[in-house]
Amino acid sequence: MEPEELSCRELVELVTDYLEGALPPEDRSRFEAHLDGCDGCQGYLEQMRQTIRATGMLSEEAIAPEARAALLALFRAWKRA
Amino acid sequence: MLSPRSCGVGMNVPGPEPPATQPPADDLALLDGLRRGDEVAFDQLVSRYHVTLVRLARLYVADRPVAEDVAQETWLGMLQSLPRFEGRSSLKTWLFRILANRAKTRAMREGRSIPFSALWSPEDDPGEPAVEPERFLPPDAPRYPGHWGMRPPEPLPEERLVSRETRALIDATIATLPPAQREVITLRDIEGWTSDEVCNALAVSETNQRVLLHRARSKVRRALEQYAAAR
Repeated sequence: MEPEELSCRELVELVTDYLEGALPPEDRSRFEAHLDGCDGCQGYLEQMRQTIRATGMLSEEAIAPEARAALLALFRAWKRA
Repeated sequence: MLSPRSCGVGMNVPGPEPPATQPPADDLALLDGLRRGDEVAFDQLVSRYHVTLVRLARLYVADRPVAEDVAQETWLGMLQSLPRFEGRSSLKTWLFRILANRAKTRAMREGRSIPFSALWSPEDDPGEPAVEPERFLPPDAPRYPGHWGMRPPEPLPEERLVSRETRALIDATIATLPPAQREVITLRDIEGWTSDEVCNALAVSETNQRVLLHRARSKVRRALEQYAAAR
C-alpha cells in the first residue's frame, strides 16, 4: 500500500523535526516527496531557514563600555581579596 | 535543579565530554589566565560572554538593570568558584548554571515564579498550529484539501531580513513568547547552542525541546512574513 501523501498543513508541523534530523526515514521520504512538487512548501521551508538565520543575528550585540568598566573593577577587587 | 534528564550527556557524569561546538581550548586558556590574575584574559571572556549572560538573565528577571546585576553576580560567582572548576563542562554551560541559580534566587525574592522548560509538558499546553488554518484549503475542498490556498508562502526578501527593524521585530516577538519557548529559542537560535547543550542546561527532554523550538520559530516566522507582506 502506498503511504498517504502529506498535506501542506501537515508538512508545516513537521518542519522543525525535519530540520533537526529527527524524522524517521519513511516520514522524511514523504516530506521530501511532497516538497519536490510543492512551491508553497518550498517557500515555507525557506522562510523557516531565513527565520533561523535572522534570529541568529540578534547575538551580534556589543557590550556597553560602562558594563565592561564595572566588570573590570570587579575583577580587580577580586584579585586583591 | 539543572540535573540532566533524558537526553545528552549528564553534567556530573564522568567520562568523555560531549563535543563542543565553540573552541573550548581557547576558553580554558583564558581561564588559566584568570587564575594568574590576567586582566586581559578576563576582558576577553567578558567580551565573549557578558552580552549573552545579560540576555539569558532577562529570561528570568524583571528588567534590564536587574539582569545586568545578575550577570555581574555571575562573573563574581565564577571567579570565586574558579579553583573548583574542573573543566568537565564547557565554560558557557558552567556560566549558565551559575547564572540560572542567581537569577532564580533573585526572581524568587521578587516574588516571581520561574516557569522552566523542565516543568513544561505538551499535555498541559496543546499549543496552536504553526500556520493560520485559513491559509489552507478546507478539509471538504473538492481538490487538494489541506494544501495552500491563496498566498502560498514565498521566500522573504533578503534585504529586509538584515535590517535593524527586522532585528527589533524578532526581539519583540520573542519577548511575547511563553517563557519555556523563549528559553529554548534564545539558547538555540540566538546563542547557537546545540540541542544537546540546551537539553542539558534546561533539563528538558529532546522531544519537548523540539516542540518548544518549533512553536517559537513558527511564531517568529509568522511575524516576519506579516512584516514582509506589509509594505
